[in-house]
Amino acid sequence: MPAQSFEARVRRQGGIAIVDLHGEINSFADEGLSTAYAEASSQNPAAILLNFAGVDYINSTGIALIVGLLAQARKSGRRLLTSGLSSHYVEIFQITRLADFMSIFSDEASALASVPTPAS
Amino acid sequence: MTTLIRNFWQSLIGQSKPAPQATVMPVVQRPRLPPKPSHEIAPNDPLVAYFQNARGSVEVDRINLDSPAVRALKAAGVRMTVPLVSQGDLLGLLNLGPRLSEQDYSSDDRGLLNNLASQAAPALRVAQLVRQQQLELQARERLEQELRVARLIQQTLLPKELPSLPGWHVSAYYRPARAVGGDFYDFLYLPDGRLGLVVGDVTDKGVPAALVMATTRAILRSAAQRWDAPGRVLEQANDLLHPDIPPKMFVTCLYAILDPQNGRLRYANAGHDVPYCRSSSEVKELRATGMPLGLMPGMSYEEKEAILAPGESVLFYSDGLVEAHNPQRAMFSFPYLRTLVERHTGGATLIDFLLAELAEFTGANWEQEDDVTLVTLQRADTGQAATDSSQPGHAIRDKEWRTLAEFTLPSEAGNERLAMKEVTAAVQDLGLPPARLERLKTAVAEATMNAMEHGNQNRPELPVGIQLLASETVLAVRVTDQGGGQPIPDPHAPDLEAKLAGLQSPRGWGLFLIEKMVDEMHVIRDGGHHTLELIMYLGGDNNASAKL
Repeated sequence: MPAQSFEARVRRQGGIAIVDLHGEINSFADEGLSTAYAEASSQNPAAILLNFAGVDYINSTGIALIVGLLAQARKSGRRLLTSGLSSHYVEIFQITRLADFMSIFSDEASALASVPTPAS
Repeated sequence: MTTLIRNFWQSLIGQSKPAPQATVMPVVQRPRLPPKPSHEIAPNDPLVAYFQNARGSVEVDRINLDSPAVRALKAAGVRMTVPLVSQGDLLGLLNLGPRLSEQDYSSDDRGLLNNLASQAAPALRVAQLVRQQQLELQARERLEQELRVARLIQQTLLPKELPSLPGWHVSAYYRPARAVGGDFYDFLYLPDGRLGLVVGDVTDKGVPAALVMATTRAILRSAAQRWDAPGRVLEQANDLLHPDIPPKMFVTCLYAILDPQNGRLRYANAGHDVPYCRSSSEVKELRATGMPLGLMPGMSYEEKEAILAPGESVLFYSDGLVEAHNPQRAMFSFPYLRTLVERHTGGATLIDFLLAELAEFTGANWEQEDDVTLVTLQRADTGQAATDSSQPGHAIRDKEWRTLAEFTLPSEAGNERLAMKEVTAAVQDLGLPPARLERLKTAVAEATMNAMEHGNQNRPELPVGIQLLASETVLAVRVTDQGGGQPIPDPHAPDLEAKLAGLQSPRGWGLFLIEKMVDEMHVIRDGGHHTLELIMYLGGDNNASAKL
């Protein structure tokens, strides 16, 4: 099996940092995911949205990485959202109870809509 | 001078081998007459001792001994005899009748004869040794050939494959003694998915035992298809075997029928070693009375029953194990075997454990006295689903299993994706709903990762084996690693709060996920391997969502 492909890009929309994830979330994604999360949180957003629309595989190591991100977010009192998870991974987020700690939205728009816009 | 030397035989007193004998030859009166049969000199004949002290040619009339050999010499018309002695052994006699000239033998004649004897004896000795070696070699070759035939018969008839019963693990070990005893075992596939299990031992060794074993096996196979009760099967086998079995031979044999659906084991025993059933709390003997097969017609066989709960196992064995001796001639024994079965607490399989103990007991230079046969039947320690009483043994109700795919992968990170692809392709005709296919793929990926990382320590040269079996209603995926050292822990729900609070590693989701993705998960330990068996029910109402 060739080296795994994973990419994470951070963009900002309103007060939310969106991390677009692409590829496979497994042990190879560790560094990329941490870097992206650090970048996202450095912007001090109201929430961080993990956009899984481009992700086709998450294994148990990937779950552990997400647990790690969630632990960081909780420590710094930051809300973590997800969007774009396939129904299978929504089920896995429910089974692992990650869904109890991060809001799951079917798409980016509904995730963004859930975060109150700060008064400008 | 008319002389003849022939058929001198072997040496004398004081040897442990059958006493070789010197012979007395008749003197041929006329050169062309065929020789009369030679005479053997008994090792205790006084002539033997006489020739150990007297050297050189001797006139027979001057030998004053009460000796059958001397009488035989005289009767044969021998006048002069010359002992052929080599390395202190009397090999034979060079016998001469009267000279044709009717004159006595001269001192020149005697000198010539003594000279001849001193040269002929060592040559004769060499010839004898060569001949002896040839005979021994021929005998050895005959024996080897017989052993080859016996071994071939046994190996041909022993099962080539172990039964694949999801939820159960069957192991077998057979090691013939050099002389090849009459041990055998057999697996019979019976209606309704039941498994017949035979372990037996024919008295005697070599080809005769192998032939009786072959006959017994055939009779049992046929009787097992006809009769449902193990006792009846043995009864039938006994009655059929009895008229034809050679005298003084018989067969001890245990026959058991397992219903894998509920763990019910019915058995009857024709005088075979009593199997041990091991549960978490105790070791029980599975006793049932009955005479060995082939001894007497019209025997009946007691029938008993045991229920094997998850995690329980049964050991069937032959006396080659319990009757093995250590260098001090102490026997391995039944009590010791029972103690070992009690002591075995997992890790290596019971068979590996017992063989290691046997090797330690007998020491390195053990010459195996008898065949050693071990067969174990273990009900898998199930995960939560298999103990769910609403679906008792659902996975193992079926009879026909077909192999959908079988492959191995090197233990390299990321190869679980290959496993997912292969499995997806292999199950495409089963009609799994998409959501269940996704769950299966995740379970297979996690089981493969588990095998690569924990079982095989990420060593690429150690493969992960994946086997897919399907019956009409059940799909079983078996993922096997090569690292028997580390037991697979029981799956448990990770403590997410503790992980989020940084009190626990964020990892440790694999087994939990697998168990949630499939309908049943079994852990099977087999010596140097672990197998995770993933069960998915097919069709009907079995496509409910994952277990939350």
